[in-house]
Amino acid sequence: MTPRRSLLKTLIALVLTGIMLFPVYWMVNVSFTRPRDMRKAPPNWLPIGGTLDGYRSVLHDQLPYLGTSLAVGLGTVALTVAISAPAAYALAKLAPRGGGVLSFLLLMAQMIPGIIMAMGFYAGYLELGLLNTVGGLIVADSTIAVPFAVLIFTAFMRAIPDELLQAAKTDGAGVLRIFWSVVMPVSRNAVVTVSLFAFLWAWSDFVYASTLDSGGAARPITLGIYHYIGNNNQEWNAVMATAVVASLPATVLLIIAQRYVAAGVISGAVKD
Amino acid sequence: MSQRTRAADRPSVRRPGENAGAFSPRPRPVRRARSEQWAAWAFLVPVAVYLLAFFAYPLYRNVELSLRDYTVRSFVHGGAKFTGLGNYAKILKDPAFVPALTHTIVFTLVSLAFQFTIGLALAVFFARAFPLSATLRALFLVPWLLPLIVSASTWSWVLNTDSGVANAVLQQIGIPPVTWLTSPTWSLVSVIIANIWIGIPFNLVVLHSGLQSIPGQLYEAAQIDGAGGWQQFWRITFPLLRPVSAITLLLGLVYTLKVFDIIWIMTRGGPTGSSATLATWSYQLSFGNLLPAFGPGAAVGNLLILMASAAGLVYIRVQKRQYQP
Repeated sequence: MTPRRSLLKTLIALVLTGIMLFPVYWMVNVSFTRPRDMRKAPPNWLPIGGTLDGYRSVLHDQLPYLGTSLAVGLGTVALTVAISAPAAYALAKLAPRGGGVLSFLLLMAQMIPGIIMAMGFYAGYLELGLLNTVGGLIVADSTIAVPFAVLIFTAFMRAIPDELLQAAKTDGAGVLRIFWSVVMPVSRNAVVTVSLFAFLWAWSDFVYASTLDSGGAARPITLGIYHYIGNNNQEWNAVMATAVVASLPATVLLIIAQRYVAAGVISGAVKD
Repeated sequence: MSQRTRAADRPSVRRPGENAGAFSPRPRPVRRARSEQWAAWAFLVPVAVYLLAFFAYPLYRNVELSLRDYTVRSFVHGGAKFTGLGNYAKILKDPAFVPALTHTIVFTLVSLAFQFTIGLALAVFFARAFPLSATLRALFLVPWLLPLIVSASTWSWVLNTDSGVANAVLQQIGIPPVTWLTSPTWSLVSVIIANIWIGIPFNLVVLHSGLQSIPGQLYEAAQIDGAGGWQQFWRITFPLLRPVSAITLLLGLVYTLKVFDIIWIMTRGGPTGSSATLATWSYQLSFGNLLPAFGPGAAVGNLLILMASAAGLVYIRVQKRQYQP
C-alpha cells in the first residue's frame, strides 16, 4: 500500500471506530452531565461544565454491590479453575474412556439458555435455602465459565510435550504430582486466560443475579444498576456513572489481558 | 447475538483449523493400563459430578416444572398436580405464543444478517495491516466485553424518546423524533439495533482470523490477472471463507436465540408484548408477574432449549466435518 493510501485507511478506521464506540462515549458523557442539562435539546456533546455528582452517588449507594460482585467474581474464578483444570488434564493427556462423550456434553452445555438454567436453579435453591447467598450465585455463575474453561485448558494442555510428563514419571512422580508440579505451572497462561473470562462473566451476569439474588444483601452491581434504572429515572448521570464503574473490569481486561488472551491463541483456542 | 448471556454466552473464539474441542483430528493415544484409567477418572469426577448437579439437575427440574400445575404454594410446599403436557397445550394456545415465536425468529435472523455483513465488511477492511490497525481492531471489542446491563442501559438512554441523543441527531437532519422504546412499532427494531451492536465484534474477530488463513499469493495472482477488489472478494475471499462463515453464523444462531438480558432491560418485552421473544416471555411467566406461572414458564423455556440444541447439534456436526479430514 502506498503511504497515502494507508493514511486514508487509518482515517476511515478512526471514523468507524468512533461510530462504533459512540454509545460508550455517550455513557461517559452522560455520567458527567448535570441533571438540569439532561433533557436539553440539543444535548451537550462534551462533558464541559459537568458534575461529579453521579460518581458521588456511586460511592454512596453502590459500594456494597461492588463488593459483592468482587467476591462473586473471585469465587467463580476459584471454583471454575478447580473444576476444569483437572478435568482438562485427564481429557488432554490420560485418554479416559468416555472422555469424548464428556466433551460433547460440555459443548452442548454451552448451548443451554441461561434463563432456563436459572429457573431450575431457583427451584433447587428454594428448597436448599440458597437463594440470596453469595455461594449460591458463585455456583450458578460458574456454569457460564466451566464448559469454556475445560475447552481452553484441554487445548492448552494437549500442547504440553509428552516427553516432559514422561520425564517426570521416570523420576518417580505420580499422576497427581505431575498434574500439580508440572502441568499446572506450565499452564499458567491458560489459568490467567480462564480466570479473566470467568471473572468478567461472573461480574457481568444479570440473569442469575436477578432470579437467584434479587433481594437481600447478596446483590451484585448488575442489580445495583438495574434497580437504579427502575427507581430514579431522573438521575441518569448516576445510572451512567455506575455503568462506567461496572465497565472497568472489561476495560482492564482489554488493556492488560490482550497478552494473555494472545497466550490462549498459542493453544489454538482463543484468538484476540 | 450477545453474549453473555450470559455474557457468558460469549462464545470462545477458535482459530479455524485448530479446534479446541474434543474433535481435533489427532491420533488417539494408546489406551493405557487399568490403573491409569482410574487415575484419569479421578480427575474427571469433579466435573462429572458438577455436570450432573448443576446442569442435569436444573434441566430435570425444569422439565418437571413444565409437567405439573404449580402454584406459589405448591412450589414451596410440594404436592403440585401432574398435568402431563397440559402446560405445553396452554402456551401453544396462548395468544402471546405466535407473536413471541415470530419476534424470536425476526430478532435472530435480522440480527445475524446485519452482524455478519457488517462484521465481514470490517474484517475485510482490517485484513491488511495499516498504521493503528491492531489498536483500532482491539477497540472494536469493547461492546463485546461490556456487561450487558451496561450496554442495554446505555442504549435505553441513547434511544430515549424525549431526550435521547439518537432523536437529537435525527432532529438535526430534519427527521421527526422516533418513539424507539415506547411504541409497539419500534420496540423490536430498537432491541435489534442494540443486539447488532453487541454482536459485531464477535463476527469481526472470527472472520478476521479466518481471512488471515487465506494465502496472500491468491490475491497477488488475481491482481496480475487484472481482477479488481470487488472481483477478488467474490471469487476468492467469499468462497474460501465459507467454512469459517458457517461456523460463525451457527454459533451466532445458538447465542442469539437465547438472548434475554438486552431485551428485558431495554423493554421488558413490551410495550404490550411487541418485543417479547420466547426467552423474555418464559422469564415473564415465571418471574415477571405478581402471580408466577412456573409451569407454563418452564414449558416455554423447554421449547427454547429444543430450538437452541437443534442449532447446537448442527453446529457441532459442521465443525466436526470441517476439521476432520
